[in-house]
Amino acid sequence: MFDLLRLMFAFIIMPGFLFTAVVGLLATWVDRKVTARVQYRQGPPWFQPFADLAKLLGKETIVPEGAAKAVFLGAPLIGLAGATLVSTIIWMVNFSHGVTFIGDLIVVLYLLTLPSLAIIFGGSASRNPLSAIGASREMKLILAYELPFILAVFTVVLRTGSIMFGNILGYQLANGMMIQSCSGLIAFLVALIVVQAKLGVVPFDIPEAEQEIAAGALLEYSGPALAVYKLSRAMMYFILPVLLITLFMGGIDLSFWGGIAWFIIKYVIILTLIILIKNTNPRLRTDQAVRFFWGPVTALAAIGFILAMVGW
Amino acid sequence: MLKKIFTWGLKKSLWVYHAGASACNNCDIEILDLLTPKFDVERFGIVLVGSPRHADVLLVTGVANRQTAPRLKNLYDQVPNPKVVIAIGSCACSAHMFRDSYNYVKPIDEIIPVDIYLPGCPPKPEAMIDAVVKLLGKIK
Repeated sequence: MFDLLRLMFAFIIMPGFLFTAVVGLLATWVDRKVTARVQYRQGPPWFQPFADLAKLLGKETIVPEGAAKAVFLGAPLIGLAGATLVSTIIWMVNFSHGVTFIGDLIVVLYLLTLPSLAIIFGGSASRNPLSAIGASREMKLILAYELPFILAVFTVVLRTGSIMFGNILGYQLANGMMIQSCSGLIAFLVALIVVQAKLGVVPFDIPEAEQEIAAGALLEYSGPALAVYKLSRAMMYFILPVLLITLFMGGIDLSFWGGIAWFIIKYVIILTLIILIKNTNPRLRTDQAVRFFWGPVTALAAIGFILAMVGW
Repeated sequence: MLKKIFTWGLKKSLWVYHAGASACNNCDIEILDLLTPKFDVERFGIVLVGSPRHADVLLVTGVANRQTAPRLKNLYDQVPNPKVVIAIGSCACSAHMFRDSYNYVKPIDEIIPVDIYLPGCPPKPEAMIDAVVKLLGKIK
């Protein structure tokens, strides 16, 4: 009973839903603020994402005529559940390296596709031609980025010799951060580009493409359903950089206050890199994005993988 | 309590959708001006959205003619409640000089309920910001 309560607490409050949602929303504020500063603007106040969410939760949800109602309303919840579960797994391991199980890295890789799958389901269920285009573009994007992402992650697996987060963190504690080695650095760069696509921000915001297909897969969503999508997007803003930190930068060391500060510095660096890439690049076309991921990025990931094999 | 939080959210984050009912482009360009970094309305949480389903505010410009009038009505029905409509420019407020045109149907406010009238040909972005401030006072 007590174990169950503790698990529920972990899932809903501390490292799970509530914590990730609050930090993620703050991260989207940082994104909007830095974007504004890049454009010589003032930018929104810090509570802007919370106000957006509060407003969306109070609005009406319209289900379009002829849409598959259950899938249309259920898809955002699937995405949110996936994001929450990933966050809980990664944080529990970071809090204590013992809380790991065989193959949790693989589980996380699968769960990370859930928010994208939710967008595909929702877009296909909403019976709007532009949403259908958005869903098909999201599908192509997933096909494009999964290959280099898995190669990059398995570079880490090859070097540490384990598919458990606990062992990966332990290896980095003993031998220094993964990013300090040649293959680790290459894998990190590849993963950073892939994170850009997983977040669906420029240059890979092809599924949403506001100027071409309105809001793409999210076009027909309104009110709370849209709020849930926005929330899971915001949570990904926190989870994906934390995943990169766990895999490549040695995770978080809670044994002293400096460890937390050091973690925050690492997180801010990755977030800033993502935002700057976002603000200095135009959107790619679908074919360009697929060619980019299957060409240079996969080649780079393969080079990293081979370097890891020879032990660099 | 929940209603209070929602009203606060609505006041702080107005998402606008630009519904051009065959305007001469003058008001449209002023609206685009309003959204440029110079005026930076994102400070107040105002964002331009691409889909009427995401919108809270409908910015209507131009005179409704036989082609656009039914579509404007349709567009208004697509916006989820609660919603407000701002009629921007003299044309949207009163049909202006197109009153006697052969394809003029009705004033905008007889097609959809208009909350704020903003005359001018075209109104300045400053006037639009003033209109939004008055709108915020109206939201309860």
